Amino acid sequence: MKKTSNNPGTPITEPFWVRCLLIGFAIVFLTVFLLLPLLMIFVKAFSSGMVAYFASLTDPRTAAAVRLTLFSAGIAVPANVIFGIAAAWCLGKFQFWGKSVLLTLIDLPFAVSPVIAGLLFVYLFGLQSSLGAWLDGHHVKILFATPGIVIATMFVTFPFVVRELLPIMQAQGIEEELAARMLGARGWHIFWRVTLPNVKWALLYGVILCNARAMGEFGAVAVVSGGVRSTLPLHIEGLYQDFSSGVHAPFAVASILAMLGVLTLIVKAVVERKTAETED
Amino acid sequence: MRIASFTLVGLLCLLPVLGLFAGCEPGGGGRKILNVSYDPTRELYREYNVLFKDHWKKTTGESVEVEQSHAGSGAQMRSVIAGQEADVVTLALGFDIDSIADTGIISPEWQKQFPNNNCPYSTTIVFLVRKGNPHGIRDWDDLLKEGIEIITPNPETSGGARWNYLAAWGFALKKELGDLNVLNDPAKKAEVDAAQVKAKRFVADLFKHVRSMDKGARETTNRFVQNKQGDVLLAWENEAFLSKNILPEDGFEIVVPSISIRCEPPVGIVDKIVEKRGTRDLAEGYLRFLYDKEGQKIVAKNYYRPTDPEVLAEYSEFFPKIELFAIDEVFGGWRKVQAEHFDGPEAIFKQILLENAKAK
Repeated sequence: MKKTSNNPGTPITEPFWVRCLLIGFAIVFLTVFLLLPLLMIFVKAFSSGMVAYFASLTDPRTAAAVRLTLFSAGIAVPANVIFGIAAAWCLGKFQFWGKSVLLTLIDLPFAVSPVIAGLLFVYLFGLQSSLGAWLDGHHVKILFATPGIVIATMFVTFPFVVRELLPIMQAQGIEEELAARMLGARGWHIFWRVTLPNVKWALLYGVILCNARAMGEFGAVAVVSGGVRSTLPLHIEGLYQDFSSGVHAPFAVASILAMLGVLTLIVKAVVERKTAETED
Repeated sequence: MRIASFTLVGLLCLLPVLGLFAGCEPGGGGRKILNVSYDPTRELYREYNVLFKDHWKKTTGESVEVEQSHAGSGAQMRSVIAGQEADVVTLALGFDIDSIADTGIISPEWQKQFPNNNCPYSTTIVFLVRKGNPHGIRDWDDLLKEGIEIITPNPETSGGARWNYLAAWGFALKKELGDLNVLNDPAKKAEVDAAQVKAKRFVADLFKHVRSMDKGARETTNRFVQNKQGDVLLAWENEAFLSKNILPEDGFEIVVPSISIRCEPPVGIVDKIVEKRGTRDLAEGYLRFLYDKEGQKIVAKNYYRPTDPEVLAEYSEFFPKIELFAIDEVFGGWRKVQAEHFDGPEAIFKQILLENAKAK
């Protein structure tokens, strides 16, 4: 910010007090809406002391919640990466009838409230529906079990990768692919050497967003989980509702999610820098 | 560039592998049952499950697991109907188990399987107020004083809130009639009808003091206790004791009204699920042991009124003497209550909400 204001190339016409006011407003806003809540989590988490904090983290229920969260994100994210690349490639590089309908459908999970999405799955796989009854007859358990949680997670994280890749793929057009084709490259070769490297930043960004949402999703997962298997967000809510685990416990577990978030940002920064170095 | 692509692809491939390893549940090949329960029983069943596993191991030599799930009673009923595989249900009111029985997965005779109509404990509705009772709340009438904010969950989703609503209604009837036995006297029908109108007015006025309603009892307790909203919490007796004793530094007082309702949360076996999973003996043992002296003590320690008279006497200092009426005597049972007060567009509770909204 300092750099720009000292730079004669970008004249700032606003008086000093306006700049102070705007910057001050931005700082207050960031503090109240981002920093304070984050700080509160850690203050509350340590409110009963270090021993209690680590006891909540090493609780077997917390460990199970961490495992389930990683498991569902571990399926949802790669599945949506494969789907996202395929869909963005198809939508970005080709023209066909019904394209806008497909695009709208892909956006559906953004438009629908997660709780409604969860309820849709309850009606789809519940015993009242014929599909649910048929699955039950064949001893396939989806609802109120791990598969339901994975499906709900996949649903809500569906559009993240496509939405990141699509604008770039559209902007880049198909010239480079055509050139590669003319130089004799074949399908997969073009994909690995030309198409994928061109979108890798957007892809990484999509993966990070997708992963963050997969780990943090509450509404849809809450509806289909049935309260026995918990992901981290569900476990946090459960602890908050449970008086026997102590006031600090939900915040202690929330601090894991907060730290996962910070870790995600660090990984993103490191990979960005490494890639920039190798490119130079 | 190539290295970067490889890093990226490598990272992406690592994720699912990591997740899959992480997803493997550790050991445990023994039998398992699931208890689907309502909101405030979290602590009770956490403690009871430990005791029961121990007892089962001692008497049969088998190690078992008991899982528990908690939410508003109505929501839990809907999950079980949708296919949540509960071996036993322990809900807030008989009607919710009746609703599951209506789909055929629980025997229609379910309430004859265990003593006391399948109710191993009872509780009632009391008031929780802030330290020193600053508004001087002593009885149901005091809730209608100017400026009092009442905290209660939504009767349409929470079993506890339905008990709150009926307790208030019963108080108003008793006040008008002097004696609840008049309700069953056909000669005094006109008098009873007039009292019912007054009772509806009373409950409607009471709900004018309710600003917002949560889905379940525990969310509501948290709102009153941790977020410090409202002046009085209409709560299960067990929930009121728990709040008072778990967070003593905040200071709460329990106010016992002149009359309240006897709440009998029932338990039941989900026949279709125990047949399918081969857990009938275990599920029966689980519910049967609730009536045992040891089980009853855990019940009492968690502030539910035990049905065993000896255990009740032992813990009598917990449970204040209070005049209690039963839902069957005053309202003619849960099915009738649901049909008249809560289900369908003409239900009395819906009328009350509508009238109150118009009056604003």
